[in-house]
Amino acid sequence: MEPTTLFDKIWDAHVVNKIEGGPSVLYIDRHFIHEVTSPVAFSGLESRGLKVFRPQNTVATPDHNVPTIEQHLPIREELSRKQVETLTSNCERHDIPMYGLSHKWHGIVHIIGPELGITQPGMTIVCGDSHTSTHGAFGSIAFGIGTSEVEMVFASQCILQPKPKKMRINVEGELAKNVTSKDIALYVIAKITTSGGTGHFIEFAGSTIRSLSMEARMTLCNMSIECGARGGMIAPDETTFAYLKGREEAPKGADWDQKLAEWKKLETDQHAIFDTEYTFDAADITPMITYGTNPGMGVGVEGSIPDGDDLTGSDRATFLKSLQYMGFHPGEKLKGKKVDYVFIGSCTNGRIEDFRLFADYIKGKKKASWVTAWIVPGSKQVEKQIREEGLVEIMESAGFELRQPGCSACLAMNDDKIPAGKYAVSTSNRNFEGRQGPGARTMLASPLVAAASAINGVVTDPRD
Amino acid sequence: MVEKFIKIVSSAVPLPIENVDTDQIIPARFLKAVERKGFGDNLFRDWRYCKDGTPNPDFVLNNPRYTGSILVAGKNFGSGSSREHAAWSVYDYGFRVVVSSFFADIFKANVLNNGLLPIQVPEDFLANMFTTIENNPTAPFEVDLESQTIRNVTLSAEVRFDINPYKKKCLLKGYDDIDYLLSLKKEIEAFETAR
Repeated sequence: MEPTTLFDKIWDAHVVNKIEGGPSVLYIDRHFIHEVTSPVAFSGLESRGLKVFRPQNTVATPDHNVPTIEQHLPIREELSRKQVETLTSNCERHDIPMYGLSHKWHGIVHIIGPELGITQPGMTIVCGDSHTSTHGAFGSIAFGIGTSEVEMVFASQCILQPKPKKMRINVEGELAKNVTSKDIALYVIAKITTSGGTGHFIEFAGSTIRSLSMEARMTLCNMSIECGARGGMIAPDETTFAYLKGREEAPKGADWDQKLAEWKKLETDQHAIFDTEYTFDAADITPMITYGTNPGMGVGVEGSIPDGDDLTGSDRATFLKSLQYMGFHPGEKLKGKKVDYVFIGSCTNGRIEDFRLFADYIKGKKKASWVTAWIVPGSKQVEKQIREEGLVEIMESAGFELRQPGCSACLAMNDDKIPAGKYAVSTSNRNFEGRQGPGARTMLASPLVAAASAINGVVTDPRD
Repeated sequence: MVEKFIKIVSSAVPLPIENVDTDQIIPARFLKAVERKGFGDNLFRDWRYCKDGTPNPDFVLNNPRYTGSILVAGKNFGSGSSREHAAWSVYDYGFRVVVSSFFADIFKANVLNNGLLPIQVPEDFLANMFTTIENNPTAPFEVDLESQTIRNVTLSAEVRFDINPYKKKCLLKGYDDIDYLLSLKKEIEAFETAR
């Protein structure tokens, strides 16, 4: 038999039908929905007189729009409240389980899926959100879709998709101290550019990747969309199985044994062919930070902004436009630049390990007086864990305050907006113009670089 | 049902910026509607309007010299979020074709599901389009979906573009994917049973 990739194995097992010269009809195991990209899909479905075909394979949570303080009160902003109410009533009408603001399992859709054990190896998973790629960390095919496609999944539990090309990114060797999987992600994107993965699905492999915890793997797969790829995945292993065992929605008893046997077969065969392959050395990766307006514009935090002299024409114009927006100059050092805001959270870095890293660094130190910090857990369960582990006390004595779960300042749909012209070191995933509020200037980094920068009030290398 | 797309002859609006992401096409704060309407008003919102809400005279959509149903943009157009609101806003503003030398995957799928044609052209063809428009903002371009060609009439230059044959048929006939998927209900149920 011809050697095949992990991606092919899962994809081929989900093809219901193939249109001649066209896309495949791909069966979807899990459909996550939230308040922003689902309402038009529900109304489209209802205008055809249809019900959701497989509501039990669908899970809803409001995350994009929700406030991160006083969640027990009605949402003050009218349009946000209406979107959340619309999601609630749509889910009631279509019998879809929903973890609303008051539910103990509420949180960001890409945090709660894995923590509840809904996300499992070998599955196909979609959501109307590009960071659905997060779930690939479990060895599943997970990708973001548009609202028309959300409606397709509602109507048929299937989606029409052309099969993407396959890319493997190998990272080998041991990561240095204070280097996290967020740094791997920013390093890889800086190397292959923000469109380097377009048209591809990535498998991350190699000894460095195998050594990562599940949460670190999720951070890496989460960011795979930022190089243009549809998604990223990592073959499941003992780390994956240990994480899943005992979670609410994970298989139990004999079911578990049977599933486990199936999951253990999920790997890329030796000699399988990828359309594109890269190999990086973990020793070359240092704590990263971005200086521009796309996630590919990143450098080691000890380094300088490129001079851009090798760029010509529209490439150079785009580079300079980006620096102008950021208020930076070619060739400048980033270390020591004043920081106004720090955001710890999002589906990228809003899990317990991220808050442990943060708390460990700030313990016994004090936040710089001029820095506004938003510390936002990814879910109610993460929030509970932060409290149980005593991290809140560490944060409070260092001058930080814990907020409530949601997407928050990652895309600033709620009130957590960075003011125009202000600089934020953010653990989120996008530094696009205006992403964190009109005129906001975002520098993406790991929770450690963010912690160090919050303490010093300037961009700081956590190794210093 | 999506609107049928067959042929268009139009002048074009130039946006020679690379990596235009979906947060630029429509910022997140305008995604709060629960109905699909009026998104064109906020297309390129933060480039199109000044902080005080007045139109930014330097932005191309506010320049009366440039009109037409074809948007021509720098490479890697539509990167970032999966928000279909980006496709809706481009369509609702009145564009029917977006030309670039490279498109982000999800954006490309989203526009095709909304009767908007993404045309990927070689870098030199794109550069010539920008020059042609700069020299004459009313310069016409012909887009023919049947023959999969785009023509720069001024230069008598023409290139063929790729489109998935299934998607091409959907656009030419105004079909949508949901009708097709619903017709497969029996196969889908059989697939579920067989697993």
